[in-house]
Parts: sequence; C-alpha cells; structure tokens
Amino acid sequence: MSRWVDHLIILPVLMPLVAAAVLLVIDERRRKTKAAISLVTITACLAVALLLLEGASGAAGLARSAVYRLGDWPAPFGIVLVLDRLSALMLVLTGVLALATLVFSLASWDRAGSHFFSLFLFLLMGLNGAFLTGDLFNLFVFFEILLAASYGLVLHGSGRARVRAGMHYIAINLVASSLFLVGVSLVYGVLGTLNMADVALRVSTIADGDRLLFEAGAAILGVAFLVKAGMWPLSFWLTGAYSAAAPPVAAFFAIMTKLGFYIVLRLSLLVFGPEAGGLANFGSAWLIAGGTATIIFGSVGLLAAQDLSRLASYSVLISAGTLLATAGIGDAAMTGGALFYLVSSTLSIGAFFMLTELVARSRAAGADVLAVTMEAYGDDDEEEVDESEEVGVVIPGTMAILGLSFTVCALLIAGLPPLSGFVAKFLIVRALFDPAGSVDIGGPIAGVRWMFVAVLLLSGFAAVIAMARAGIRSFWLPLDGTVPLVRVIEIAPIICLLVLCVLLTVFAGPVTGFVEATAEILHVPSGYVEGVIPSRSFPGP
Amino acid sequence: MEVVLAIGIGALAGSGVWLLLRPRTYQVIIGLSLLSYAVNLFILSMGRLRSGVPPILDPGEAGDLSRYADPVPQALVLTAIVISFAVTALFLVVLLASRGLTGSDHVDGSEPES
Repeated sequence: MSRWVDHLIILPVLMPLVAAAVLLVIDERRRKTKAAISLVTITACLAVALLLLEGASGAAGLARSAVYRLGDWPAPFGIVLVLDRLSALMLVLTGVLALATLVFSLASWDRAGSHFFSLFLFLLMGLNGAFLTGDLFNLFVFFEILLAASYGLVLHGSGRARVRAGMHYIAINLVASSLFLVGVSLVYGVLGTLNMADVALRVSTIADGDRLLFEAGAAILGVAFLVKAGMWPLSFWLTGAYSAAAPPVAAFFAIMTKLGFYIVLRLSLLVFGPEAGGLANFGSAWLIAGGTATIIFGSVGLLAAQDLSRLASYSVLISAGTLLATAGIGDAAMTGGALFYLVSSTLSIGAFFMLTELVARSRAAGADVLAVTMEAYGDDDEEEVDESEEVGVVIPGTMAILGLSFTVCALLIAGLPPLSGFVAKFLIVRALFDPAGSVDIGGPIAGVRWMFVAVLLLSGFAAVIAMARAGIRSFWLPLDGTVPLVRVIEIAPIICLLVLCVLLTVFAGPVTGFVEATAEILHVPSGYVEGVIPSRSFPGP
Repeated sequence: MEVVLAIGIGALAGSGVWLLLRPRTYQVIIGLSLLSYAVNLFILSMGRLRSGVPPILDPGEAGDLSRYADPVPQALVLTAIVISFAVTALFLVVLLASRGLTGSDHVDGSEPES
C-alpha cells in the first residue's frame, strides 16, 4: 500500500469528483476554462485506466485482483475498491467513450444548459466507482451518484420531450433504487456482510431455512440491475429516455446499460459459481429467457423505428439483450465473446448516437416520419428522374464522410463482416456450438442454444434492413440536397470511435486472447476473493 | 414489535405502490416518498429488532453481542435517507418543470383522450 502505483486505483473516482466540484464554482461564462479542465481530467482518467489495465494484465494481475482498502480497514469491515482485468477493461472503455462524447459536445451541446461539465464528470465518477467497488452498498452509492448526474444530463437542453422522458426515467430509476436497497438489506440480513468477496465466501454456508430469503434478496437485487441493463420487460423507459436525450449524452449513456450487465456478470460469476452448491447458476434461466425476449423486442422496435435516434436506442436494447443472454448461458468461452461484443457494441453505438445528430441536420423536421410513411403507402409514381441527370450528381464531401461513417456503424451494429461486430458475434456463436469447457448443460439447454443462435442472427438481419432503409432515405434520397454544416470537432470523435472498432478487427487475435483470458479469470472467482480477503481465516456466520 | 413493524412497512409500501401507479405527478412523488420510508424501515429491520440497546461500544468495555445493536443497518439507513431526500427534491423540480412546459400534471404530459 506504500508504493504510489497502488494509489492509482482511487484516481478514476477521485479526479472527476474534484474536477466536477471545482467546475461548480466557476462561472458558466468561462466556458473555455471549464472545457479545458474537463478535457484534461477525462484524458487523465483514460491514461490512469490504461495504466491500470496494463498492471492488471501483468503476471501479478492474473493471479489475483488488486485491492485498494479505503481508510485501510481490512476487507470485510471496510469498503474496498477491487481492480481486476474486467474492471480495468470497463474503465478504459468508459474513458474512451467519455473523451469522444465530451469532444463532440464541445461543438455546441455544452451550451444548451448549465453545469453540463460537472454533471458529465459526476457521471464519469459514478461509472468508474461502480466498476471498481467491491462492496454492495458502496455500489448503491455509486449508482445513485451516476443516476443523479444522468437525471441532469437527460434533461440537458430542456424542452418538452426531454422533460417528459426524463420524468419517466427518474421515476423508474427511483423505484429500481428502492428495490436495490431491499435486495441489499436482505443479503445483509442473511449473510451479515456486504463485501462481494465475503458474500461469495459465505454463500455456501447458508442454512436451509435462510436460503429462500437469500434467493429472494438476490432476485430483487437482480431486478434492480436488470432495469439498468435494459432487459425486457423492464426496459420500456430506455428508448424514450435515450432518444430524447441530447446526442452526446445518449452516446455516453451507451455505457450505462453495459454497467447493469457488468454487475450481473460479476455477481453471478462470483456468488453463484459452482462453489455455491445448491445456489449454483441461480437465475441463469431467467437471464437467457429475458435476454432473448429483449433481442426480439429490440429487433421489432428497430424495424418499426421512424427516426435515427430511436433506431440507435433499439440497437442499445439488442446489444443489452445479447449480453444478458450470454451471461445466462455463461461458460468461459461465451463470456469471452460477450466481452468482445461489449467493447465493440459500446463503441459503435456511441458513435452512431453522435452520428444521428449530424445526419438529422441535413433533413427537415419530420422527414423521417414522412420517409417511412412514403415507404408504407408507396411512392413509386413520384420519381421519374432522368437517368442521365442522376449520373452527374456530385456527392458533397461532408455527405460522403457521413455516409461512410453510417455504413461502418451499420456494419458494426448488424454484425456483418468484415468489422468487429462480426468477430464478436462469431465468437459468441462459436462458443454456443462448442460445448468444450462449458458448465453442465442439460438437454433442454441445448434447444435454448439453438434458439439463441437463431434469434441472434435474425436480430442482425433486422438491423441490416432497418439500417439500409434509414441509410437510403438519409443519403441517397435527399433531392433538395441541403449539405449539413459539420465541424471537424464533431466528426473527429465519431471517426476515432469507428477507427477503434476497425483496429479491434485488425487486432482481433490479441484482443480475443485478452478477453478470453479475462473470462477464464472471471470463472475462477477464488482469485478475486483471495485478493480481497487474503487469508481465509474468517469464520462463517 | 415485529408485527407492528411488518404491518407498518406493508401499509407504507402498499400505499406507495398504489400512488406510484396513479396518473398525477404529485401522487407519484408522494408514492415514491412512501416507498422509500418503507424501504428504510425494512433496512432497519434487517439488523434484527432490538430496543434499548446502543449501537456503539461503551469506552473501556469489551464487546458483547447480546448488549449491542447492529450498527451497520443504521448507517445504511442514514445514507439511504439522505440519497432519497436529495433525489426526491430533484424529482420535484422536474415535476414543476413538466407542469410549466406542458400545462398538465399528468405523468405523460397530456391528458389521455378518452
């Protein structure tokens, strides 16, 4: 604990907190100062996250997780921050997305309301903290921090649609928070501990009479997380809130459903692993069913979506459903594929949310609705365009860049070759068909696997149709051709995110090796537990 | 005592959920408050119900579990109260903003056409 490197773990929480607090007292008119401070903070967070990732990937990180004891209290009594490869990966992903969305918002959105930078940094702090914490109640506190900031950000820019969607969003999350508390206190009531590693240690010692109570607590806790993760039927708030929010905000929110998935994955592997005895694989059937239903709901919504931001919101749902179902099936190879999918889909959906705004600029309000209506009722008679005239049309450079970005996004989200979305889906499907190393799968589960493959591929098909239709309407059809004014600062973050996805594809080998090693570690929770509670000398309850 | 507390939690949670499902924003916020009261009482009850025992050690005395209450749920309740108070205040602001922008206190921003 004496080396300075050990204190790096706290920095992703501390730096945004301090910076956000400082920004609160700086006058709104000194926008450049505020923007500079935020940029520096987020870049520093990203750098620290990369350092942590490097540390966690080393030989020491493989054996056991690194632990930061707040106030230096020993583990089950004090709160700990735990860093393993998964949390380091999530920190880096959050940092990348935060940097891209912040740069994008500097073009105009930061002026749409007050305290944008503070809210943004508080959201980052809550996310980082939730990824790092090893304590259930501390997780609740970080959840509340990020939710409170996200309430402000959903409403950023104000207006009728945002306030209405924001109210639904806040109400549903307040109820979810209540459920979270009920679940946490039930777990505490049964086990007498809130430390995740300690919960994992004690779960096998639960008396038979208390088991039902613990299951109820875990299920209620699970519902609270699944509301955040966006599982059907707990996800009806999501499309409204995401499509009403300002585009950079919605892009950053793309990581929030992944947070719900992260917690579900972390806790189910830690607590309900094979060592849990009768509680092993608790709730996994629900995750598979719910995840599959989410994918179906998302696909149908995608086909019915009439504007680009709704299209993006339903893509969020599809990716959330895919991740949850893989968490339910949950063998190590599957988790590796899911982690690859998580990184790829977060980056691409984030980029797509920002792109929607730029594309929407080129078209009049209501054009989207009109386009779909035209398609539904037939518009063959109106287009008698002379072929020779059409050949000579020069596509403006801006539109070309936007169109190219849109195509890349579409490929990524639909999971088509050659980009990383395809690699991710390939890994998942391969894990589904390869029973080696899987946990005990009975007869009916095999049927479930087939169903999941079918749903996964069909969702990709639905995404192709929806994206192709939206793309044709946005880029090939605008007859009056208003070229949107797009600034470099707006298109650069999108291109950066997409280039990262391309790099993910190019270096798919090393990345796959990394995520699979991460998944292997996750499936052996003793490393995590050993890191938090070094000697297993603590008596059971 | 357990029965009284259980009935109290049940009544608060039940009324809270019922109000939460009502169409007026004011009813929703009162419902959320009642629900959070129920949750706070529930957290307290998870530390086992004992009356007349302190949650902290007397100075110079060895700890004896039969004479002390569990301090952790009490700390949790304090945190939960503070957070729910703050978020309720925030929700109240959104409620007023919605009322001002839409001219309606319906949760959907407009009266349903019947």
